[in-house]
Amino acid sequence: MNIFDWQQTTLFFATLLLLIKPFGTFMVRVYQGERTFFSPLLRPCENVLYRLCRIESTDEMDWRRYALAMLLFNLVCFLALFTMLLSQQLLPLNPQQVPAFSWQLALNTAVSFTTNTNWQNYGGESTASYFTQMVGFTLHNFVSAATGMAVAIAVIRGFVRRRTQALGNFWVDMVRTILYILLPIALIATMLLISQGVIQNFSPATSVTLLEASREVHIPMGPVASQEAIKELGTNGGGFFNANSAHPFENPTPLTNFLEILLILLIPAGLTYTFGLMAGNTRQGWGLFSVMLFLLIVSFAALHWAETVGNPQVTALGVQAGNLEGKEVRFGLAGSSLFAVATTATSCGAINTMHDSLTPLGGMVPLSLILTGEVVFGGVGSGLYTMLAFAVIAVFVSGLMIGRTPEYLGKKIEVREIWMAMLTILTAGVTVLLLSGVAMFVPAAVASMANPSAHGLSEVLYAFASMANNNGSAFAGLNGNNNFYNLLGAFAMLAGRYIPAVAVLAMAGSLAEKKYIPPSLGTLPTDRAPFITWLLLVILIVGALTFFPALALGPVVEYLTMTGGN
Amino acid sequence: MKDLKSALLLFVFLTILLGGIYPAVVTIAASLLFPHQAGGSLVTDGSGKVVGSLLIGQPFTQAKYFWPRPSATGDFSYNPLLSGGSNLGPTNPELIRRAKARVALLRRTGVTGEIPADLVFASASGLDPHISPEAAQVQISRVAKARNMPVEELQKIVASHTEMRQAAVLGVPRVNVLALNLALDKVSP
Repeated sequence: MNIFDWQQTTLFFATLLLLIKPFGTFMVRVYQGERTFFSPLLRPCENVLYRLCRIESTDEMDWRRYALAMLLFNLVCFLALFTMLLSQQLLPLNPQQVPAFSWQLALNTAVSFTTNTNWQNYGGESTASYFTQMVGFTLHNFVSAATGMAVAIAVIRGFVRRRTQALGNFWVDMVRTILYILLPIALIATMLLISQGVIQNFSPATSVTLLEASREVHIPMGPVASQEAIKELGTNGGGFFNANSAHPFENPTPLTNFLEILLILLIPAGLTYTFGLMAGNTRQGWGLFSVMLFLLIVSFAALHWAETVGNPQVTALGVQAGNLEGKEVRFGLAGSSLFAVATTATSCGAINTMHDSLTPLGGMVPLSLILTGEVVFGGVGSGLYTMLAFAVIAVFVSGLMIGRTPEYLGKKIEVREIWMAMLTILTAGVTVLLLSGVAMFVPAAVASMANPSAHGLSEVLYAFASMANNNGSAFAGLNGNNNFYNLLGAFAMLAGRYIPAVAVLAMAGSLAEKKYIPPSLGTLPTDRAPFITWLLLVILIVGALTFFPALALGPVVEYLTMTGGN
Repeated sequence: MKDLKSALLLFVFLTILLGGIYPAVVTIAASLLFPHQAGGSLVTDGSGKVVGSLLIGQPFTQAKYFWPRPSATGDFSYNPLLSGGSNLGPTNPELIRRAKARVALLRRTGVTGEIPADLVFASASGLDPHISPEAAQVQISRVAKARNMPVEELQKIVASHTEMRQAAVLGVPRVNVLALNLALDKVSP
């Protein structure tokens, strides 16, 4: 790394660190219904919404009702988007007159946006109307993010509350997330993005004759900025354009790049503090945060190194070192690498770099971050609750080793919690391996690979990893718009989203009913370095045991091929 | 049942708020505060005709213009409706073949020494409006010859069109190819 890369990376992490405490505290106040800066303006709106939607804001739900409300709401959102995609040619705001989606693609896309995955088997500018983008996708960006955060807050309540079944009210958590957290930040971020050159209009594509007068081209237009801001903030990642955040209209300057990476990490990082504060011990939150930050920084260093070294086969032609295939000049290697790790560490999946064209070891970094189950910050809400499931497992295993009853945050960890935590952690991994394995036997699935040999395996592995973990980024050479990937992908996204979400809610329900056991001499302190290190190891061991063979056959073989064994 | 009703109603009102009011409000605010940016940063030539967007690269191929990076946007280079990269993996023979062809082309136009990587590798969007200052440097002698301009004058124009790191820290120095070529046409039509 040169001095400038150091400077901007340091500046970035310093900014993030400074924001965590105030923002995390703000979120606690929001979820506990306390007064915040926005209250005078938003409290009346909140109450009107409750009245209009027949929501009893004081109504507490047990875990079953909370989960059911979450599933019902997501089902309604899914059906609406599915219908919209099938009929977008009949709807307004379609100046490019794009036709309806095929039902398979509509199914995949609607599942994708409902599950906060935002995997895209289509090119935005050529396939989706402004109405679809604005009313369909933008809305889902808000609600799928809010769903994840609501579940995370309910899970925290499960750890904190004692001898109760009440985990809060799903509707209230949703409304508060959107009104107080997502919407204000999205509004500010949208205006900042526009000031830098992100477009926001409803004009049809502008036709221009090129300066060389060689031909006429159509420059796409649309309401991009309003979607861009929430796409990053809600770790959604579905781009307005095919090139996603690499497109100059989505991410025009280094400053927008900085801002977008910050938006991606802001909520997942802030939630760790929210967790600590609600649990009555902020060190618990910082502990989880430090595991995440450590993995993120190591990943960034590895990716940046691999891309700086570049592709020896091209360097040998007399070209400067450094792999710039699939990267934009304005971001530089630091801005490209930081975005790539942030977007795959969280379940965002927006990209400013084509991951398919990363060097073999460079490409293994985003792939591995996704395969660790999206716990390195992870999706908004989902990252935290998956990390809490890992913490429960870590407590359990260490409890077995030292012969104590495992306890976490004063709650006894018993059979039911372990079952649910295992289900949360293993669902995505099992789905990835099974479906990638199946793909190798299906000729149509193999024919979708854009690159030969080991790299093709990486493409398929990445695709299912991305969908099952609700990330949504891709090794985009893979042609995913066919029945195999559309339908099995939809299955992977549904399983990867809702099985863990319901399982952690069940875990939270069971934890909330338990009594609090004050820490004693025999209690393993979960806010100290030994446990934090242990948690890190558990995450790495689970990930490595599950995926090592697949990674060895894909990226590692390709690395050896590229360097010719040197 | 009660929750189903809430689900439907909340969906409807959130759609109005987030899918309607929110984008409408920012669109109006943008058209008042930042009309140029919100409209796509369009630029005109000397005669006032719109010739493109400062943010969307163009496929210059004539010797008298600075050339942009390779682009892999579907049927023709820099097609703004088909943004995207090549998605070629690092060991794909096609990637090496394209790199070889590009290096050969640059060598034919008189580029000597180490070739800047951005002139060989295709961008992520396929619409990258920038090249590195080094990539502009290696093209100066070709453009100078085609336009019959002194190299020193070109050096000056390139230098004045080099954007530095934003806030002195972010990103990397870069040259906007369309802006540079428009400026060239102004001094030597």
